[in-house]
Amino acid sequence: MILTDDSIRLIKEKMGRYPRRKSAILPALTVAYFQLGYLSPEIYEEISEIIQIPKVEIAEAASFYTMFPKEPVGKYLIQVCHNISCALLGAEALIDYLQAKLGIKKGETTADGLFTLITVECLGSCASAPMMQINDRYYENLTREKVDRILEELRSQA
Amino acid sequence: METRVLFKYIDDPNQINIDTAVGHGAYRAWEKTLRELKPEEVIEQVKSAGVRGRGGAGFPAGVKWGFIPKSSPKPKYLVCNADESEPGTCKDRVLLEHDPHLVVEGMAIAAFAIGCHLAFIYVRGEFVYPYRTMEKAIAQAYEKGFLGKNVFGTGYDLDMIVHTGGGAYICGEETSLLNSLEGERGMSRIRPPFPAIEGLYACPTIVNNVETLASVPGIINNGVEWYRQYGTEKSPGTKIFSLSGHVKRPGNYEIELGTPLSVLINDLGGGMIDENHKLKAIIPGGSSTPMLLPDQIDIPLDYESLAAAGSMLGSGAVIVMDDRTCMVWAARILTHFYRHESCGKCTPCREGTGWLEQLIGRIERGEGHPGDVEKIESICDNILGRTVCPLGDAAVMPIQSSIKLFRDEWQYHIDHKKCMVKTEFEFK
Repeated sequence: MILTDDSIRLIKEKMGRYPRRKSAILPALTVAYFQLGYLSPEIYEEISEIIQIPKVEIAEAASFYTMFPKEPVGKYLIQVCHNISCALLGAEALIDYLQAKLGIKKGETTADGLFTLITVECLGSCASAPMMQINDRYYENLTREKVDRILEELRSQA
Repeated sequence: METRVLFKYIDDPNQINIDTAVGHGAYRAWEKTLRELKPEEVIEQVKSAGVRGRGGAGFPAGVKWGFIPKSSPKPKYLVCNADESEPGTCKDRVLLEHDPHLVVEGMAIAAFAIGCHLAFIYVRGEFVYPYRTMEKAIAQAYEKGFLGKNVFGTGYDLDMIVHTGGGAYICGEETSLLNSLEGERGMSRIRPPFPAIEGLYACPTIVNNVETLASVPGIINNGVEWYRQYGTEKSPGTKIFSLSGHVKRPGNYEIELGTPLSVLINDLGGGMIDENHKLKAIIPGGSSTPMLLPDQIDIPLDYESLAAAGSMLGSGAVIVMDDRTCMVWAARILTHFYRHESCGKCTPCREGTGWLEQLIGRIERGEGHPGDVEKIESICDNILGRTVCPLGDAAVMPIQSSIKLFRDEWQYHIDHKKCMVKTEFEFK
């Protein structure tokens, strides 16, 4: 099994609360995503066994939701919001800056496997633009200096 | 200048703890509801207070609750819509993160009003911290006996589940949300039947926005007249506005409905971010709402005034653009969003948004052809009103208004193969 005992327990616990098992698909995918950082057919298989829903239905749901990467990403998944409020305050320049700083293009992962850079639609942080989400944390009101500091901190923690 | 009702305790970092929240009066309205009121009385109060849905549509909440068939033997469900993802909108996140018990209490009262014993809060997947805050708040409410079996010893049972989404804007549309909650792809359903008759698991269901539900405890505690002292006759209450874009102090501000837009932008928001650049356009209610021009800055922020001005209050997300903003560029960004988020169910939306993005991108790159603007207008006409859910309309309205208000700029792009205005905002 790829999923840990903790993840399996959590999925079962969530599943037990819904009137219908199928409702546990998204919560189960979320648990798997938090454990692994991405989803894969092997994960669908495991979830299918746990919640007793055909694998195809798990995959069908998973493919609809863009928040879950479908292949491995770096230790830190950088998601830059590039929608209107962030764009008005320089999100495009922020993306250029990150690309140059990390030496990768959007959608790529750094050679050391630390950072993956992607763009996302509105993250609901419009009044703190420009912003990005790294894994499950929001970084707001970004400047070049702040970005430098954040990347440095993450590198030093890695 | 703010009128903080929902935001009263927003700056207290301890408000997320139930003891602090209870000290500030949380769950008093819930207890009062269970001990003193009948469901129909709760519905009547919310109806009389005139609370309108704060998610975007502005439908009267009490009227919606009244649609639940009393005689139905099926279980009834309440779903709090916390899938906040309309560009510009970032208000519900503040309530979820800073005053989760207000949301739980509002949900509990609404659940009782419609005869529901299992309520859900659907939080957008990206909101990890708000999700954890809500989980914790609900767990604390169970511990205190405010949720679960026999609440306050009144015999009423109420369970609550926090459900996370997976990054799909369409799931903020109520029927898509219900599909998503059932484990399906988040695609919209044809209405009728409306969710109040046949919603979650084909049972009567009410879906309300976070802010709408957070408004309810205050009404139960203080009465209809108290609520109606705020706002206007037809748009009572306060509203949280998310102010973003080219202003000095962007943020979430709670003000009375009917407050002039200029107060929000100039007094609370501090005016334009750079005084060398003038106000060019305002999107008043989230990215899907038609734009306003600078001479409309004194318009009162209420449902009726904005509708009369040809726009909408929507979710209350005010996006301010100064004269550095190229309207074709802005339209391309918005169209990209709607193309990306279209669930693909309806052909006009699925195909039309992609076509629009291509055309607008072409014009922006200086590769526009004569007749492109007319073609865009024609595509918009063929999307508007021709889809199952409002995402198609949402995609079209900002483009239509951009062309209507700034047609010369669109044409200049085509004729001169370049932008007449855009200077890049400096990212320092």
